[in-house]
Amino acid sequence: MQIPPELTTLIDEAISHYPVSKRSASLPLLHLFQEHFGYISEETILWIAEKLELQPIAILELVTFYPMFRRTPPGKHHIRVCKTLSCALAGAEQLKADLCKATGIPCDGHGDCHGGAPGHGDPVVVSADGKFSIESVECLASCGTGPVIMVNDDFYEAVTAEEIPNLLSQYK
Amino acid sequence: MPAPARRIPHPREKRMVFANIDREGYTPDIACYLRNGGYEDLKKAVTMAPADIVNEVKASALRGRGGAGFPCGVKWGFIRPGETKPIYLICNADESEPGTFKDRYIIHQDPHQLIEGMIISAFALNVHLAYLYIRGEFPLGAKILEQAIAEAKANGFLGKNILGTGFDLEIYVHRGAGAYICGEETGLIESLEGKRAYPRIKPPYFPAVLGLYQCPTIVNNVETLCHVKHIVRMGGAEFAKIGTPNNTGTRIVGVSGDVQRPGYFEIEVGSMTLGELLNDLCGGPKPGRKFKAIIPGGSSAKVFRADERFKIKVKGADGAMVEKEIGVMDIPMDFDTMAACGSMAGSGGVIVMDDSRDMVQTLNNLNQFYAHESCGQCTPCREGSLWMRKITDRMLAGGGAESDPATLASVSNNIAGKTICAFGEACSWPTMSFVAKFPEEFAALSKKPVPPPTPPEFISEILTGGQGQ
Ligand SMILES: Cc1cc2nc3c(=O)[nH]c(=O)nc-3n(C[C@H](O)[C@H](O)[C@H](O)COP(=O)(O)O)c2cc1C
Ligand code: SF4
Ligand code: FES
Repeated sequence: MQIPPELTTLIDEAISHYPVSKRSASLPLLHLFQEHFGYISEETILWIAEKLELQPIAILELVTFYPMFRRTPPGKHHIRVCKTLSCALAGAEQLKADLCKATGIPCDGHGDCHGGAPGHGDPVVVSADGKFSIESVECLASCGTGPVIMVNDDFYEAVTAEEIPNLLSQYK
Repeated sequence: MPAPARRIPHPREKRMVFANIDREGYTPDIACYLRNGGYEDLKKAVTMAPADIVNEVKASALRGRGGAGFPCGVKWGFIRPGETKPIYLICNADESEPGTFKDRYIIHQDPHQLIEGMIISAFALNVHLAYLYIRGEFPLGAKILEQAIAEAKANGFLGKNILGTGFDLEIYVHRGAGAYICGEETGLIESLEGKRAYPRIKPPYFPAVLGLYQCPTIVNNVETLCHVKHIVRMGGAEFAKIGTPNNTGTRIVGVSGDVQRPGYFEIEVGSMTLGELLNDLCGGPKPGRKFKAIIPGGSSAKVFRADERFKIKVKGADGAMVEKEIGVMDIPMDFDTMAACGSMAGSGGVIVMDDSRDMVQTLNNLNQFYAHESCGQCTPCREGSLWMRKITDRMLAGGGAESDPATLASVSNNIAGKTICAFGEACSWPTMSFVAKFPEEFAALSKKPVPPPTPPEFISEILTGGQGQ
């Protein structure tokens, strides 16, 4: 595994935020690795465990507990669709189906559809061209403007079916 | 990303914490904050004795805005004078209770207000290391806060020797990673220690006694910490004049679901009824529709039926308590009456369902949420939340057994009060209240005179009455 110097700097900075216990840096390091590599690999787990002087299981158990961490690569652009009540009332389920259709991802029509793959976003289902992946998530704290989605780190509120082509076309 | 539309505050709002939200030309950088009187309250606070700030917060009767409504000053008072261990402050910016959307606007649009509130609180509590735990799905919010912290540091409001007082404080942003249970304060602390967010048992693990790294720790919600700044500015007694006794100050309520104009509003606590909020501020039901059900304080709060009536005790003109009958729409938006009517003001997230909605389906959505988010430590919560989900799943798939409403009630009644953390209540209250208040809808889907099939697989003959798929 190649860790570029910029990432090393960020890792050291993150660890410095926890003067009392290095173990606290586990989640920040997982985020940094996932941002850089797109997912959490076996090597990453071993590397972080070694760095923080922990057993690998202490990192693996986080990856399996926290829904944001993935163990397989997502699409180039990862879409999160909120499925919780306020967004559901605003039509989230249909929107998810429309997004699946627009990205060519198989959809089983259910709220927690991962294109037929087991849930927890793992493995993430990726469109055939590798461009998009979709995941249903719980309330994104923007319930007044549902349905809400995220594409990568960008937030979109009150998304309508008509907007989908334009919205997705921003992601090359 | 398109810029979100700016909302114009409703005339009945009283904006204090949200004063700068949606203001034309207001930006999250420190220059803008300073132009608008930023950090003046901190300058005042550092001239006060820390104990006096705690006393002002006590006098303000401020109640926590994260969900439980616990008096902030009382919580702060749990820190022993002369404590020798380090004391930590954590801002709970996990904002993950469905229906709640308020902290996000402070974080994204007015981060320095929160940072100033945190610095003042840390000064009052003798804290030198504080964390801001923000949910993982706010990546932009985390960056904005980090930037705000760097700016505050560069301006001498954070770091070593703040404003020349000798007081040192570091604040770090810590991102969660998608688990709702990290909002529960002891789960949050475990998460911050780099572990799974398994809530801790209280006692002994009251955060103020044994919190982060087994040291005294104060956990407060974003909105609560912002209020501290305003309390320092106006004084606790003055703050307590806003709202009603024991329900002081302003609070932000967010309305979502079936109203004409969903949105967030900062209101004086108790200054309007639920009906005024939904009809006057939110424009009432959608055309041709009627309100059917209202969840008043985040998805965990017990649901109200729109035609429900309550007998509550209120203070009469002569000061004696008299009984009064009120309808749902007459409930004032405060903590105490909401609780007296059997639900809670909780996190301020009001979710509205109109007469086009199926209550079993609505509950099923929440059951899916809770089953997914249970941390799994306690058997009643882990198994119960999944059972409730499986039963409503099966009812909707056409396999509702006659016994289902009773089973749902029984499962939910066997979770609350029997678990490590209040998620037990949070996950069981929706089922408990939906089944009790909309019995006709649950009965309509519970027709089959058969015992419920054993989860997880539903037997297709039972679902379809033997007629195949
Ligand atoms: C299951 C569960 C989820 C919670 N989620 C949140 C949350 O997202 N944000 C929050 O501020 N408080 C949340 N709380 C409440 C916290 O445990 C805690 O009471 C609160 O942060 C204290 O701050 P306050 O006194 O300022 O309200 C949650 C509680 C429970 C039981
Ligand atoms: S009540 Fe539920 S969420 Fe809370 S500790 Fe127990 S299993 Fe975990
Ligand atoms: S329910 Fe979708 S953002 Fe809250």
